[in-house]
Amino acid sequence: MSVTDLALPAGERSPEPGPAAWRGFRKALLRSLAGLLRNPGLALSLLWVALVIVAAVAPGLFAPGDPLAVDTAVRLQAPSFSHPFGTDRLGRDLFDETVHGTGRTLPAAALATAVGLGAGSVLGLLAGFLRGLPDLVIMRLVDVLLSIPGLLLALMLVSVLGKGSTADVGLAIGVAAIASTARVMRAEVLRVSESGFVEAARTGGARWTRVVLRHVLPNSMGPVWVLTLLLFGEAILGVTTLSFLGFGAQPPTPEWGSLVSSGRDFLGSAWWLSILPGAVVALTVLAANRVSRAFDAERGGAR
Amino acid sequence: MARFLVGRVLQGVFVLWAAYTLSFAVLYALPSDPAAIAAGTTNSVTPEQLAEVRHAMGLDRPLAEQYLDKLGGALHGDLGRSVQSGERVTSLIGGALPPTLAVAGAGLVLAVLLGTGLAVLSTVTGARWLRQALLSLPPLGVAIPSFVVGLLLLQWFSFTWNLFPAIGEGGWRGLVLPAATIAVQPAALIGQVLAKSMSDELGKDYVDVARAKGAGPFRVTVRHVLRNAALPTLTLAGLLVGGLLTGAIVVEVVFSRNGLGQITQGAVSAEDLPVVQGVVLLGALVFVTVNLAVDLLYQVLDPRLAVGRRSAGRGPAGRFALFTFAGRG
Repeated sequence: MSVTDLALPAGERSPEPGPAAWRGFRKALLRSLAGLLRNPGLALSLLWVALVIVAAVAPGLFAPGDPLAVDTAVRLQAPSFSHPFGTDRLGRDLFDETVHGTGRTLPAAALATAVGLGAGSVLGLLAGFLRGLPDLVIMRLVDVLLSIPGLLLALMLVSVLGKGSTADVGLAIGVAAIASTARVMRAEVLRVSESGFVEAARTGGARWTRVVLRHVLPNSMGPVWVLTLLLFGEAILGVTTLSFLGFGAQPPTPEWGSLVSSGRDFLGSAWWLSILPGAVVALTVLAANRVSRAFDAERGGAR
Repeated sequence: MARFLVGRVLQGVFVLWAAYTLSFAVLYALPSDPAAIAAGTTNSVTPEQLAEVRHAMGLDRPLAEQYLDKLGGALHGDLGRSVQSGERVTSLIGGALPPTLAVAGAGLVLAVLLGTGLAVLSTVTGARWLRQALLSLPPLGVAIPSFVVGLLLLQWFSFTWNLFPAIGEGGWRGLVLPAATIAVQPAALIGQVLAKSMSDELGKDYVDVARAKGAGPFRVTVRHVLRNAALPTLTLAGLLVGGLLTGAIVVEVVFSRNGLGQITQGAVSAEDLPVVQGVVLLGALVFVTVNLAVDLLYQVLDPRLAVGRRSAGRGPAGRFALFTFAGRG
């Protein structure tokens, strides 16, 4: 039993006591709502991200039709009221395909983000907290991962993991993102470890696992959370790029990148087949980056 | 200085060795069967034939032995032979390099021009709306996937207006659209970081001095601020060149150009592991070399810097930059 543990029972020692935290949260919520009204770009970005997530979870809400339903009577039709994104060479509705493709692209990007964020945070935390030899070894590994351009690293993994599965593509993109997350996390852990409360916990005799899990980790995650959405946008770019190159979901399975790829042959005659799904990718990444920047600014203002 | 140089070179050699080891571990230690790929996936391959291929490729030996053997070969510039064509990996990659270098080089020049132009213009201009419009371009450029940029350019400049050929071989006209495509993301990155760096520099004393001596806004920006603001941007060079290399993969596929990208795509689809490893090593080599060059350049350009102090990847700009290429190089 350590001095700090004696001084305050563990349960009441959380850094922010309940009611004050709630008040702070409500104030922040009101402030951000007011901020949203003044910032339509951010509001639209949030709305778009929300819509895309809903489309990934329940595509039927936006596109009740079967995305693979072939109707040769309406082949290669330009966007119209009944087919907002037009139709492809088999008369499939491109809007339906794109909406249903969300359910492939987004989970893969989410997996990539989780892998990059999870493994990167753990490595960064260990390096920053343990210092010494573990730090040296981990950071050299990070240097090596950074020295290989991300897409090449992902391609190398894909060539071994196998092709045709969006999960493998997500995993590969996630591994390629580990290094940069580890760097950010390590820098933050180093900063937090210098703080008075970490020193106090140590002097109080708390075990190192406790210091890490209760004090260092929660206080270091801030910048990493901000980067989550940025990483998510990057992961969408990576996943769709690999699919575009032909290593992700195979046609006719709809996926954003492979939709763009299969529309490529009709670029001169039916531009919508490539450009519209491509625009959806760009808008989603743009929106995710915009929201991420807003979070970053919010944090910067709070500090 | 000599000690610094030796230290940096050793560090670079270490990273290259580690990249080799990592790629070996991923490609050969993970459960996949290069022999089966080499022998073909048809059912007519008997287990005896497979064992023969495996023996010929040296895959039946202990992993450590394979590793040392391959590493020894790599040190002598021998990265093995392509499983598909039997050609030497080094000559395969060397042969594919010139067209890729042409696109990447043209893209780099274009990216530096566009990015610098954007940063300078947004700093010089007194018009608020123009500055805001200019500064909203980089986030857009970073968010659009490069294959979409390429397809859009093709759609407009080749199919609608017939200005440039759709298939990117042959002469400078075929180079324009691929180079423009590959330049968008690095240009956005350069513009973003340089504009931020320039606005930081604007607050410094020497700017006041230059203004007091009667320099106009353009002269202050270009002669004084740009020179000092360019230094932090230089740390992006390794990242940018790595990004150009992977950008070339996408661009070559979009424009059906020959080059490293086609080779890489083919090697990954055919699981031609020696070629994949060769391309990965080339990526690491380029990154290490560019960073070494930047380190040296830094010593020359900024004498204030004590040897070996550099803040690559720190600060918000660097952090964003790191992430901007996380997914694609």
